[in-house]
Amino acid sequence: MAASEGKNPARIEARERGAAYLVRRHRFQWPEAVPWLLAIAAFFLLPDRMTFGGQVLIWVMFALSLDLILGYAGIVTLGHAAFFGIGAYTVGMLIARLGWSEPISSLFAAAVMAALVGFISGWFLLRYRGLTLLMLTLATAIMLQETGNLRSDISGGYDGLPGLVISPLFGKFDYDLYGHVNYLYVLGVLAVVFFFVRRIVYSPFGQALTGIRENVRRMHAIGSPVHRRLVTVYTISAAIAGVAGALFTQTNAYVTLTVFDFDNSAKVMVMLILGGTGRLYGAFVGAVVYMVLEDYFSKLSPTFWQFGIGLLLVLAVLFARRGLLGLLEQAGIGFAKGNKRKKP
Amino acid sequence: MPHFAIIAVSILFDGLAYAMFLFITSVGLSVTMGLMNFVNLAHGAFAMAGGYIVVTLTRAFGIDFVPSLLIASVLVGIISIPFERYLYRRLYKATDLEQVLLTIGLAFMSIATFTYFYGPIPKSVPLPHWLEGDINLGFRSFPSYRAFLIAVGLFLIAVLWYVFEKTNIGAKIRAAVDNRRMAESVGINVDRLFTLTFAVGSGLAALGGGLAIQLFGLSPSFAVIYLVLFLIVVAVGGLGSLKGTLLAALVLGIVDTAGKYLYADAGGFFIYAITVLVLLVKPAGFYGRE
Amino acid sequence: MKFMNWLGCAALALSVGGTAQAETVKIGVVLPFSGANADLGHQIDKAFDLYVKLHAKDLLPNKVEIIKRDEGPPTGAVAKTVTTELITNDKVQLVTGFVFSPSAIALAPTITQAKVPMVIANAGTAWITNLSPYIVRLSFSMWHHGYPMGAYAYDKIGCKTAALAYTDFPPGKDSTEAFKTGFEKAGGKIVDSIPMGSPVQVPDFTPFFQKVKDEKPDCMYVFIPSGAHATGVMKAYGELGMRKAGVKLIGPMDLVPDNKLQDMGDAAIGTIVMGNYAVDLNNPQNKAFNEEWHKAYGKDSYPDFMSAAGWDTMHAIFDTIKKLNGNLSDGAKVVDAMKGWSANGPRGHVMIDPATRDIVQDENAMEVYRKADGKLGEKVLDTTKAVKDECKVLKVGRCGS
Repeated sequence: MAASEGKNPARIEARERGAAYLVRRHRFQWPEAVPWLLAIAAFFLLPDRMTFGGQVLIWVMFALSLDLILGYAGIVTLGHAAFFGIGAYTVGMLIARLGWSEPISSLFAAAVMAALVGFISGWFLLRYRGLTLLMLTLATAIMLQETGNLRSDISGGYDGLPGLVISPLFGKFDYDLYGHVNYLYVLGVLAVVFFFVRRIVYSPFGQALTGIRENVRRMHAIGSPVHRRLVTVYTISAAIAGVAGALFTQTNAYVTLTVFDFDNSAKVMVMLILGGTGRLYGAFVGAVVYMVLEDYFSKLSPTFWQFGIGLLLVLAVLFARRGLLGLLEQAGIGFAKGNKRKKP
Repeated sequence: MPHFAIIAVSILFDGLAYAMFLFITSVGLSVTMGLMNFVNLAHGAFAMAGGYIVVTLTRAFGIDFVPSLLIASVLVGIISIPFERYLYRRLYKATDLEQVLLTIGLAFMSIATFTYFYGPIPKSVPLPHWLEGDINLGFRSFPSYRAFLIAVGLFLIAVLWYVFEKTNIGAKIRAAVDNRRMAESVGINVDRLFTLTFAVGSGLAALGGGLAIQLFGLSPSFAVIYLVLFLIVVAVGGLGSLKGTLLAALVLGIVDTAGKYLYADAGGFFIYAITVLVLLVKPAGFYGRE
Repeated sequence: MKFMNWLGCAALALSVGGTAQAETVKIGVVLPFSGANADLGHQIDKAFDLYVKLHAKDLLPNKVEIIKRDEGPPTGAVAKTVTTELITNDKVQLVTGFVFSPSAIALAPTITQAKVPMVIANAGTAWITNLSPYIVRLSFSMWHHGYPMGAYAYDKIGCKTAALAYTDFPPGKDSTEAFKTGFEKAGGKIVDSIPMGSPVQVPDFTPFFQKVKDEKPDCMYVFIPSGAHATGVMKAYGELGMRKAGVKLIGPMDLVPDNKLQDMGDAAIGTIVMGNYAVDLNNPQNKAFNEEWHKAYGKDSYPDFMSAAGWDTMHAIFDTIKKLNGNLSDGAKVVDAMKGWSANGPRGHVMIDPATRDIVQDENAMEVYRKADGKLGEKVLDTTKAVKDECKVLKVGRCGS
């Protein structure tokens, strides 16, 4: 703190207000418990649908990673599945080529690999915006997929690496047909990841991201290291997407090159938009709603499902730009944090 | 003729035909994105609609292939007008993301609709005899259809160039792409220009879609599968630039063909590698503006 | 005490009366009903529906209940979720369908754990049946067509040299490897092997075929996923005038799927394929099959090799139900009952090899020609009887595990 600041009471007060604001946001509000309680309730009320439940949680995590860059930092990318794929294949290769099947350490390895690729690609690509960035990220994901196919002797190509047997969790809990152990495992990892993300988002770093998203010129003007911040958040987001991918492989005991598909990048974006970006819990709402609707309507008629989701998107953009959570906000129920608190 | 020269000619010819297809289908997207600053991911759906109309006209109504192409283009162009005026127009000021999502939603809806009416089985079109054979020049024979494709492409390039460079309307479009506010302030009715350009762009997409049936077959997923290609052409060429789209189409078409010929193992790698290289050096594409 | 006696008697009576009940066998059908490959799912589904409609009465007093689910895209994840739920929620006793190899591969550990038989109606990667003792396949492996075609091409078609062109994914690699093994064994020489892009997008085949044309092999063996690719291949082949240039087009039957044959035009005439089925196959079961198909689905709808496999799959399942009297609660018993099953179907004589649980069937070399009524058809040139999956016989690569 510079000497001049120490003497200026208005400045001190402003800093204290700012700090108090941040500290307050870190505290948990009761509505935050709801999604977790629902997830646990699902375990007891819907024990036959835990395989499906596990998949939903994985997509929640994937959507959460996208929210970090899309919702908070404002980076629009079409290639996020690349990191999901890298995480998925890290686990696959560890088991298939190195015989290493301990689940938790594999998650870390996947996060590190994905973060590495995220860091390198982010450092180059995040200097661009708009259509350029969209195409660059898309091309990156596709090239990764093509490379995997080129060396399909290593990657298994589109038939993938089958029969990946994961060691029992903590050495004790084996994976059952009903997916019970798996669901709790994924839920646990999701909780850890989520609280990590939450801390980031409500920290000064998170504020800086919002600043970049809202007005990048001003951020440059006040000397904020924009590019560095963007690369950092991109790397973290990649790591989380990688963990989601790793869980995907562990859940399915199988991975193919289709994890890199553009379809996945598009799907996770749709989920996030539906739920509402920049709200952390948007990922939960969006992923759950999307997967449940898809599950229900695909059974009725796959063609109608596709039409329905298209229509939903169109309507969302026209009338509900802030997603479902945005609608809830307008109705007065708040999952959103911070902004609704009274000013001191 | 020496061997490598024959290969070179083959690659150039096939690459050029492919490039013409890319150009015809993508030019509309480039101009609309450059002019209206609107990311239209439903462009592929308009192309697909054109394709299906051609299929219906030729198979159900017995109309010849070439007239069907023309009718389909005009029809799709007209149908696109209400989309522009009542839907897209509301989002011209919206963020890229919202435009992406709206148009992807429309694309999904179109895929589902066409699946419902036409079924998922890929369709083909009956071609007139003069398009079915090949032209033999001694050292190599060239498929007539591809020669036709090149001819159509060149004709369109000439027409579009003339319109853009030599007519009033072309000047107005160029002005609006360069600086919309100035264009408005000198009295150009930008709204009507948008609608017109969009209609022509969609019509051209439909033409491309109709031409693509013989090359790739037509199924309801066409709208999204080939969309990536069109986006790449537009991004690499530069938004709103006729020259840029043409150059990008040529480069990508020929490189892709050469890659398939010489290095088939690498698959579609080359097209994406070129995209990344060009965009890293020139983020706005060959002839785009920052 | 008396009351308890009475209760006991009543319970006994009820239970005895209960065992005379008819069984309802629940079968899960997993096929792609949406997306780019929906037409493949529909071809099999129609065959399933037709068989069930015509033969449900043969099972009485037992019944079947078919529960259908979307297999999703060829990633395996959706298939896995959907099938697991069929087993845990809907409590099916048997799952069938499976167009994509990744789906079957992903599910192998699950069905082993659940002890539920998986009867494959399409997925063709050769080593799938090795993945679990509960897998039975009624369709084919790439080697069924590819391997005999190798010898046939050399001996009977006169191909001394051949080029391979294939879509760059596992079935393409499998099929060309099968052909190569058989071809080289017979004395032929492979001049080139060209991967032709991913299965999702139909590529422009011209550059690939032009390259082959320049290399002037006697024959070109092409593998592509059945569907839009097949038409594209035929068009490119025709446009480049390859037949005139002396390069014959050969491949597995995926090259000329029955429901697209009519669109292929003159370019297709003279193509020789090796396969287990064609609409024109001349046997009584096939004639009846086609008749019933047209009655149910219209004269413009055609079955294809997938439909034929679907038909035989349901046939095998029904015969097993009859054999076990509707009691399919023990998965291992069901698989045992299926081993050695044989019948005459639209494909001719088919049998399930007890050692590998894979299909043994006749392979026909067929040539495309124009029939008297102007339509395109396939005539059988030669039939190799009782072909096994040679990959497992020779223990090539993963087949040996």
